[in-house]
Amino acid sequence: MKHSGGYSADTRIRWTEWLPWAIALAGFFLLPEYLSLGARILIYILYALSLDLILGYAGIITLGHSAFFGLGAYVAGILAARIGITDPMLQLVAAAAAGALLGIFTGAIILRTRGLTLLMLTLAITSVLLEIANKATALTGGADGLSGVVITPILGYFKFDLYGKTAFLWCLLVLFAVWWLVRRLIYSPFGASLTGVRENIVRMHAIGAPVYLRMVLVYTFSGTIAGIAGALNTQTNQFVGLNVLGFESAGELLVMLILGGVGRIYGAFAGPLVYLIAQDWLAKQFPEYWYLGIGAILVIVVMFARGGILGIADRLARLIGKSA
Amino acid sequence: MIAALETRGLCKSFGALTVAADINFRLDTGARHALIGPNGAGKTTFVNMLTGRLASSSGRILLGGEDVTALAQSARVKRGLGRTFQINTLFRELSVLDNIALGVAERRGDAGRVWRPASAYAETRDESMALLATLGLADDATQRVRDLPYGKQRLVEIAIALGLRPKVLLLDEPAAGVPSLESERILEALDQLPPEIAILIIEHDMDLVFRFARRITVLVQGEVLVEGAPEEIAADRRVHQVYLGEGGHG
Repeated sequence: MKHSGGYSADTRIRWTEWLPWAIALAGFFLLPEYLSLGARILIYILYALSLDLILGYAGIITLGHSAFFGLGAYVAGILAARIGITDPMLQLVAAAAAGALLGIFTGAIILRTRGLTLLMLTLAITSVLLEIANKATALTGGADGLSGVVITPILGYFKFDLYGKTAFLWCLLVLFAVWWLVRRLIYSPFGASLTGVRENIVRMHAIGAPVYLRMVLVYTFSGTIAGIAGALNTQTNQFVGLNVLGFESAGELLVMLILGGVGRIYGAFAGPLVYLIAQDWLAKQFPEYWYLGIGAILVIVVMFARGGILGIADRLARLIGKSA
Repeated sequence: MIAALETRGLCKSFGALTVAADINFRLDTGARHALIGPNGAGKTTFVNMLTGRLASSSGRILLGGEDVTALAQSARVKRGLGRTFQINTLFRELSVLDNIALGVAERRGDAGRVWRPASAYAETRDESMALLATLGLADDATQRVRDLPYGKQRLVEIAIALGLRPKVLLLDEPAAGVPSLESERILEALDQLPPEIAILIIEHDMDLVFRFARRITVLVQGEVLVEGAPEEIAADRRVHQVYLGEGGHG
């Protein structure tokens, strides 16, 4: 059965939950030439995790999640390139705070709506931010992007190296910390009530739940995480382009999450991993047609494997369980 | 005595269409009261106004003597107003236990906690299990609600409301869509409800109404036609007219 917390859930960490971390560390030692791809995967896992919290758990539908990612990316970039705050931890904190602020302000307004209206409003907010980033060239570099991002060593000691070793481990560490928090949240009564909102909002009102408050809170938390992911993106690339705020990036994220499996923590892990590796491989094999391959994968998943990669894994596990 | 629930001059109209006209209604502690009426009489609208799902156009709603007309749904629930839905309104993908526990946790004030796992709230789980046991659902606790037979889903509907420990319980057609064999099970459940709860039941099944209710209100086109004991209602000529369409003989 699909695991999603609740009042009879076994909250102990299963051995399979250590797999992502084992794979990440194995990748670090065995595939040193792929560390920049690895860091990108870790960042997108973080980003997908934040989307899964609101979409998969609370059922808040959005196409504008890149607003938070982009804001985080620009906050870190502007601090580093314009203001001279080059400490990566300070940048993360600032990006997290910016994501949280944007989450609470926009969430308080748009979460009064549902469905298509909400979808349009999330798009609108992202578009506004994109236009601001485009026009405020003095701060953001506009369409040319923001370069000159300087990041000093973490704790004054761990320098961001050319091979991306530090960046990879830094992303892994941040992801681990956030994963731990998100996991706690999902298993908590608050997390259970989020699944209640997703399953039946009318009933949530009828049992006296402060539905709106809960949604604004989770939206804010999600925005915080996406802001952190955006800042990590700036730190690993040492560059910010307008694409971080783009509608494509939000759509691509949604595709990754659906591919992995919506409404479960590890769907947010599996999706970006498979998607970004496939993208990297296809782009090398078929530099002109690689998007076709991505499209084919998505069609196959939606038609034959609802529940995404983790849905397939569930079914396989059940088959093995039966035959054993 | 202060009524458990009272409405004074409650009105609701959608444009020119009046769905509730000056409804004065009173429910005492421990009441077993049925609200009947033909389709479109405004019964569910009335319930939705009582719970705050729908705002009334005018009039007042008092819960335990306190004016709750302006309060949100959640605030009324906190003051002891529980309801069930005519159409199953459940958390379909969640377990039966979680369906109950979500409500119990809201009532206990634990539902917004973020640190400890939900399964560490043993009181919430135990209370939910005990409630399921009284309704004969203990063996189904770990099942997903969507996998339950329809009749049992109707019981879960009631169980969720009971988990809120309501002082006033509004049952919107609890046996709707349930085959008569299973509706017996629901009636048994209703008979076992704590006697001090004031219950208002909306129901089309007249057998059920007359077995359960000690008082009946008949609603027709948004207005109270008559209120009385079951014998009075059964003998009332106007009620027969409404239900059987016996127009005009004198």
